[in-house]
Amino acid sequence: MNNPLNMVSLFFFLLFLQVFVLNNILFLGFINPYLYIAFVFLYPLKENRIPFLFYSFLLGLSIDFFSDSGGIHAFSILCISYIRLFFVRIYFRKIPADYPFFKLKSESFGKIFNYVVTLTIIHHLIYFSFANFSFYNFSNVLLNTIYSSIFTLLLYFLGTYIFTKSE
Amino acid sequence: MQQLIYFFQKFKYFLFFLLLSFISLTLTFNNLDFHKSKFVNSANFVTGGFYSQTSNISEYWDLKVENKLLAEENTRLRNLLEKKNSANFNIDSTVIDSLKYQQKYTFTTAKIINNNYAKEFNFLTIDKGENQGIKKEMAVINSKGIIGITDNSSGGYARVQSILNRNSKINARLKNSNYFGSLSWNGKDYNTVQLSDIPRQAPLEIGDTIETGGKSTIFPEGILVGIISKIDKGNTADNKVDVTLFNDMSNLGFVHVIKNLDTIEIKLLEARDE
Repeated sequence: MNNPLNMVSLFFFLLFLQVFVLNNILFLGFINPYLYIAFVFLYPLKENRIPFLFYSFLLGLSIDFFSDSGGIHAFSILCISYIRLFFVRIYFRKIPADYPFFKLKSESFGKIFNYVVTLTIIHHLIYFSFANFSFYNFSNVLLNTIYSSIFTLLLYFLGTYIFTKSE
Repeated sequence: MQQLIYFFQKFKYFLFFLLLSFISLTLTFNNLDFHKSKFVNSANFVTGGFYSQTSNISEYWDLKVENKLLAEENTRLRNLLEKKNSANFNIDSTVIDSLKYQQKYTFTTAKIINNNYAKEFNFLTIDKGENQGIKKEMAVINSKGIIGITDNSSGGYARVQSILNRNSKINARLKNSNYFGSLSWNGKDYNTVQLSDIPRQAPLEIGDTIETGGKSTIFPEGILVGIISKIDKGNTADNKVDVTLFNDMSNLGFVHVIKNLDTIEIKLLEARDE
């Protein structure tokens, strides 16, 4: 995944998958997965974080353009890409010297699970709070967060299971 | 100076994060404001193009429903026409004053290429824009009733603020009496909207038809909205009733955009008072 061309194709793949397929699922009328945040999990750790922050912002903004949501997706994906390093340090116990060699799939499943679940729930909570934009209906925000997180996580783990080459 | 450069070096990621979040939050707040939403919307060349491609493919699935809707609308219009004819025949001698038959509205057909209904602030995209004379603040309806108001347009596409948007406020009235209120949405069920601020003396029954009131320059009067499904008997200040829409907002195809030819005249007249 260190090849830049791979990341560009991942960017467009996730964008179109989200906009044309996943945004139209509306399971039970309101539950949608937001799988585009897989970009944050899969982007390699690098010393210089500015391009990474910028690309995630761009991905969120492109999705905003398609779904008429102002800058909500951009803001929520930006937040998790900024705090990603913090959770990498907590869950995987990495120091900056380890970053170039860090690979998500070579870690144990338990650690990956914690890491992905935490970031997904934070992202969804920020997204739905801003989409709702008031404290009225706040229980709705929490319910949406929980349901959509389950959906997103299910798709993410199924996707990684299918697309990882068995070694 | 050294200190300043050092400071930027140390906090460059955080400062970059702040800059980007400032941009995205500004866009978010502007998007919620009807008069400011300029940049991020699906009515531009790229997203509009993509959406019209996908809707070209998916519209085949709805042809049957669309045909049925058109047939129903034809029946309704034929009935109206019949009523009008019989009303005219009853009058002994009809004087037709050609000055009074001035056209007030023009209709344009458009196709919905992107539909949202499950969020709190929903927008639709249609495949007609400024090139076809569609501008901001025009009414969008279909054969069954109201859909929304255009809020942004580019050359070939326009964005419509759906009635299923918490910012929407539309003047509506009871069909059998002329008491009016304002129509808004609480963000919960996409089949139900709320009519509030109706006078207390207005007779309300479950099943009464609600239509647009014609007290704004956007909607003509008498466009269907829905029927009353729940009346709040409590003594609340805003006297709210639930209205079930005639339209199934989750399944929309072709729409009409209404242009009011008198808008400028009315606006000028109202501005003269101030």
